[in-house]
Amino acid sequence: MALTIEQMRHVAKLARLELSDEKLAQFMGHINALMAHFERLQSLPTESVEPTSHSIPVYNAFREDVPGTPLPREEALANAPQARDGLFIVPRIVED
Amino acid sequence: MELHEYSLLELSERLRRREISAIELTEAVIQQIERLEPQIQAYITLTPDLAREMARQAQARLDAGEWNPLLGIPVAIKDNISTRGIRTTCASRILQNYIPPYDATVTARLKQAGAVILGKTNMDEFAMGSSTEYSAFHPTRNPRDLSRVPGGSSGGSAAAVAAHMAIAALGSDTGGSIRQPAAYCGVVGLKPTYGRVSRYGLIAYASSLDQIGPMTKTVADCALMMNVIAGKDPLDATSVEVPVPDYREALRADVQGLRLGVPREFFAQGVQPEVAQTVRRAIDQLADAGAIVEETSIPMVEYGLPIYYILAPAECSSNLARYDGVRYGLRVGAELGHIGMMERTRAEGFGDEVIQRIMIGTYALSAGYYDAYYLKAQKARTLLRQEFDRAMAQFDALLCPTAPTPAFKIGELISDPLAMKLMDVLTIPVNLTGLPALSVPCGSVDGLPVGLQIIGKPFDEPTVLRIGYTYEQLTRQ
Repeated sequence: MALTIEQMRHVAKLARLELSDEKLAQFMGHINALMAHFERLQSLPTESVEPTSHSIPVYNAFREDVPGTPLPREEALANAPQARDGLFIVPRIVED
Repeated sequence: MELHEYSLLELSERLRRREISAIELTEAVIQQIERLEPQIQAYITLTPDLAREMARQAQARLDAGEWNPLLGIPVAIKDNISTRGIRTTCASRILQNYIPPYDATVTARLKQAGAVILGKTNMDEFAMGSSTEYSAFHPTRNPRDLSRVPGGSSGGSAAAVAAHMAIAALGSDTGGSIRQPAAYCGVVGLKPTYGRVSRYGLIAYASSLDQIGPMTKTVADCALMMNVIAGKDPLDATSVEVPVPDYREALRADVQGLRLGVPREFFAQGVQPEVAQTVRRAIDQLADAGAIVEETSIPMVEYGLPIYYILAPAECSSNLARYDGVRYGLRVGAELGHIGMMERTRAEGFGDEVIQRIMIGTYALSAGYYDAYYLKAQKARTLLRQEFDRAMAQFDALLCPTAPTPAFKIGELISDPLAMKLMDVLTIPVNLTGLPALSVPCGSVDGLPVGLQIIGKPFDEPTVLRIGYTYEQLTRQ
């Protein structure tokens, strides 16, 4: 099945990507070609098959609950696009 | 022969015997970079001053009587592996000015051993691609033929080693990104078993498939690098607690009695006949040396690419959600409010290929499509693994080409994303199953290098290296 331009717009919104309709149309062509090529996966019988999420079975990875040394605040903020008073500065989120 | 042309093994012996100093070795490699980098452009960031300082420190350790095979050896690191204080961009505009506040575990281990860091190598943006042309900064040229791509995504690391602009390098491999460029540039590349090498500090693309590995001039060099980077790391919960052997012990020129399978599907899949012939000749040489070679079959291989192009984009869409302009990386459109800022930052920061993979993954995971795509692909992954398990139960290793063709021309496939993706058809199944695989140069077609891929059992890198080493010794004369 092929994606429509409406679906492309919806996916772009979900993925937080600001894309023009021109770009969306271009990407839609590539994505639909790729998905058509891989359509054969749909006809593979998999009813009684368990899914694999990791190739090496590791189910739980516990460690001792020992506190470590966190990154110093200055270093954590060193790459921030904007920072002040030891905090990340972001655009206003809460309305008046 | 000039200093920078020697292998890691030879150079480490010469450093140990004090025939050369770490300082003159680093200087020789820096001079080679100055000569060739303007044409090849293997690096995104060069750190010559740091390299000289690290060489001085390494020489001080050598002078004090200390020695290990990596002490004083100049190496390059792929630009998706974190290096404290050295810009790490993932070849993306979104991380163009990012300076990691910590080292990846592999970086820390190289530093501890005393390796000298030359710089960060070019790659496809976020390791998504097969030619290094999807770098946001510049393409890299193949040192064997400057009109051709070095492969990808670890194309910069492969080109640097092939051009002697590094003695060894680290790459990362999610769908073939170490092995395919190694094959294209005529160097050795190992994708270790998933969980063998810590991923801590590797900037994630697809976490269930990504693995860091060495790219070197010889198989012996590969073993020496593995001795330093392999092992359980408390900072990576998916690294596995399996004892680490001394990989040097695998370096025996002997395949007598080893059972080697040749899966016929790996010689179809659009493999160029001359490439298939070249690889079959290499397999014949191993048979002549005493290996028991038999044809086998893994029919599920044809589903490798479809499975990968659901799972990898799904994981990528989740992993790359962190680039939102808030804590680090690019920020554009702060005046648009927080959602507008995120949307514009991501659209301007990511290249087209990355955006398309994020979109495929977001779609495959979205409400109503999860079962049809993501779950379906995970189930197919189980079937693929079961077929590999059956094959690996009969054989010590599987042999096949690394890539279907030799290196293609720069620009040749850039407008055909599907054809580009087909270049990974022989390497992707190995990531999906987590197995270790080595690419070793095995001759050439029209003067361009071809790679022999050796796929092993989980955590059996020693057998894989032993087969590669034997082949190398057989063809040395």
